[in-house]
Parts: sequence; structure tokens; C-alpha cells
Amino acid sequence: MIQLRSVSFAYGEKQVLQGVSFSVDDGEAVAIMGPSGSGKSTILRLILGLENASDGEVIVDGHDIGKLRESKRRQIRKNIGMVFQEGALFDSLTVGENVGYYLLEHSKLKWEEIDQRACRMLGEVGLNCDEVIDLLPEQLSGGMRRRVAIGRALLSTDPTIMLYDEPTTGLDPRSTHNILGLIEQLHREKNLSTVVVTHQIADAIAIADRYVVIIDGHMVFDGSLDELRDSRDPKVLSFLAPFRASVTGVIESRLSDVVAQNESESPQEES
Amino acid sequence: MSTFTAINNRLKFAAKSTQELFYFSVRMIAALFFRKTYFSETLEQMYTIGYGSLYLILLTGVFAGEGFALAFAHELGDFGAKNYLGRIMAIAILRELGPVLTGLMFAARVASSITAEIGAMKSSQQLDAMTAFGIDPIAKIAVPRMVALILMLPALTIICDAIALLGGWLIAVYLAHVSSNIYWSAVMERMVFGNLFMGILKPIAFSFVIAFIACYFGFNSRGGTKGVGQATTNSVVACSISILIVNFLITKFVSDYLKGYM
Repeated sequence: MIQLRSVSFAYGEKQVLQGVSFSVDDGEAVAIMGPSGSGKSTILRLILGLENASDGEVIVDGHDIGKLRESKRRQIRKNIGMVFQEGALFDSLTVGENVGYYLLEHSKLKWEEIDQRACRMLGEVGLNCDEVIDLLPEQLSGGMRRRVAIGRALLSTDPTIMLYDEPTTGLDPRSTHNILGLIEQLHREKNLSTVVVTHQIADAIAIADRYVVIIDGHMVFDGSLDELRDSRDPKVLSFLAPFRASVTGVIESRLSDVVAQNESESPQEES
Repeated sequence: MSTFTAINNRLKFAAKSTQELFYFSVRMIAALFFRKTYFSETLEQMYTIGYGSLYLILLTGVFAGEGFALAFAHELGDFGAKNYLGRIMAIAILRELGPVLTGLMFAARVASSITAEIGAMKSSQQLDAMTAFGIDPIAKIAVPRMVALILMLPALTIICDAIALLGGWLIAVYLAHVSSNIYWSAVMERMVFGNLFMGILKPIAFSFVIAFIACYFGFNSRGGTKGVGQATTNSVVACSISILIVNFLITKFVSDYLKGYM
């Protein structure tokens, strides 16, 4: 479980976050939305303990990660998988070495065993191991790079929490659809607590159970999709204005999915 | 903004950067002793830094030695003291020219590449990814480069010294018409503990200076590609100036202790 309690953060004299509070329950998927530069990615860095809040608490698995020593933070990070913006793959290592990086560094497994596990993980994230394992990151497309990054995060830490920083930025619509599908599938199958930072509302709607909107470092919304649609907060309205049609459209399509699912389940229950 | 405020801000920034550099250097030294040792990375860096710089150092040594010998051969000739050329060459190259030239070449070639490489890793969040996977980027990235510099800079300084003395010999024998025996016996006369010690102490000090500054600028670069470029320029400038300052301080203060051995 993740909890942010009145968290503020500043880079030098620039205030990035002010009094942000929300929580992510076990197995829940939360989307943090907001315009570029609003402080969304900083929240992920705070959860991971890469930055320390200037005020407030960031509780991860019951510990205020900002107050822990680095060695203790490392223990907590073992439960967290992080997919950085554009993947952050190690550009001098092959795909296989990237995916098996954590095991190479922290385990005494033989390279053949690590290679096999990396290969299996590449399959899990929808890549053909034989085709990509010896390639360098620069030889991959944007979508493939994100998949490798997701595979690396999963194989690295066997996480209970997954953090995604703008996972679809710069991808074409098809790759975006595939990556969102993968994130949703991992969330569902592994029951991971998932936090996705995005400025694409359609991405958020495709994955999340709950939505947090950050504008200029302030949290202006925390609630469900219906509450988001019905919000009358002027800041939320101004952020949603360009996407209003897609929000309404997706809600309607989700509702029809639920209705269709209920109808298909009813006869089985009866029988 | 008034001139006074601008100067004040500049001084504050310089003081803060120096403080941060000191803290970063302490972290690097601590990581050297208390964190995991990355042998393969260190060997790779020794090859990149040492072997990669060899050609540059050979060229620097031979032309610096020849130029210096040529200038002094003319001056000494006016006083009929050409036979002292070897002595002057040995003192100048072992104590000053060899270490400083090698240090400056390393500042240009190695410091720039270290800062640019680390800066690029920072801007693409690879350093953050390492931290997220429980790896200390200072131990993994900075320390192997520091160790490689500590081992390779003195080694290449010795090579630079030898090549510069050889360049001086060419000028002495073929242009200044000094006998080969006289040149080398004059050189050997000044191969004393004080000069040799100074010639090794300086590159060791320079290697720390380059490692601390180059890694610090890389780890603290901001602002994407432009920021990495700026950090690289600042790193080379800071390394070059620092090498000259450290060289002066060592010459000034260590010479006093070694007077009897020079």
C-alpha cells in the first residue's frame, strides 16, 4: 500500500508539489494525470525514494521511505517495479543483459540461467526472445523498448507495486494500444498495485480504477471515472476540456461492456 | 539586478558548488572502500582511459620534448652550456612538463568523455534505473573510472616523460650537436629521488582531481543534451584550471620538504 500525506517537494527554489495526499490500495490501479510539468513524475520518484519530500510523508509498505537509510530503501525497492519514461534501458547492454540486469548484479545465478529467465520474461511481455535478445536498445522500436523496460522491471524485483512514468509517450496508436493492454493484463493477472503517470486521459481510462489530477503541483481531484466526468472543479474542467468527448465515449463503451458481460453471465448463473 | 547582487549570487553559487563537489568526493572515496567492487568495469575503464590515451600522450611527449629542447639548446648555446641540456630537460620534464601536459591531455580527452557519458546516462534516467534496482551508481560508474585514472595517469606520465626525454635527445644530438653520452649522463644525474617522487605524486593528485570533477559534473548535469554539453565544457575547464593550481601548490609546498633530495 502507498500513502502520500500532505507531501510537498521543491527543486531548489521551484515548488513542484504542495500538500499532495492520496493512497493506492493493494491491487488497485491509480492514474496520476495532469499537464506536462505539473509534478506527476516527481510523485513516482518520491514513492521510489529517489527524492525526499520537503514536507509530509510518503508511506510505502508501512515505512516513510523518505526517512529511511539507503540500505533500507533498497529493501523496499525490491517490491517496486519502475518503468521509466522512454524505458531508461542501459544503452551499452543487449536486451538480454538489460532484462537480466538485476539478477546479474544481485544473484549468483549462472549466465545461462539468467539468459533463460530473461528469455521467458521477454515472451511474457510479448517479444520474440530469439529475435531481440542480442539486440542493443538503439535497434528497438519505441514500443519494443517499453516492453523490454517492463520485462526488466518484472524480472528485477518480482514486484507487488508497479510504477509507470508516461508509458506510451511517443508511441504510435498501435503500440500504445499494445502497451496499455500489457499493463492492464499484468495488473489483473499479478494483482499488482499499479500507478501510471500520464497526460493522456485515454491511457488512464484504459488502465485505472481511480484517478488523481495534479495541476501546478496541487492535487485537484481524487476519485472514480464517474466522479471525474461529473466534477465541476474549474481546474479539472479546464484540464478535461480537450478530452471531454473521449471521457464520455469511454465511459459509455465501458458501461456497455459491463452490461454485455452481465447479460452473458446471467444464463450461466441460472443454469 | 545590480552588479553587486550578480557578483554575490555568483560567489554563493561557486561556494555551494565547491561544497557539493567536496561532499561528492567523500562519497566516491567511501564507495571505493565500503561498496561492491566492480573489477570488470575497472579493467574496461583502464583499457579505455589508458590504452585509448596512449597515442595522444606519445605525440604530446615527443613534440613537447623536442620543442623544449630546441628552445633551450639555442639559449644554452649562447653561454656555451649546451652540455647542461640533459639536466634542464630532466628537471623540467620529470617535475613539471610531463605531469602537467599529461594531466591537461587527460582533462581534455578523459574528463570530457567521463562527464559526457555520465551526463547522457543521467539525462536518459539510466542512473535512476540503477538506483531503482538497488545499485549505487557512484560505486558502479564513478569508482571504476577513479581507480582507472589513479592507475593509468601515473603510468602514462612515466611514458610521456620517457618519450619527451627521447625527443629532447633527438634535438640534442642531431641539431644541437651534443654528444649522446653527455646528454644521457646529464639526464641520469637529475634522476634523483626528489624529482622522481614529484613526478609520480603530481599525476596521482591530478587523477583524483579529474575523477572527482568529471564525475561530479556528469552526475549533476541538467537540461538534456544542451545541459550535457555545458557540463562537459565546464568539466574540462574546471579540471584544467584545477590541475594547474594543484601543480603550483605541490611544487610550492612539497619542494620545501624534498630540498635535500632534488
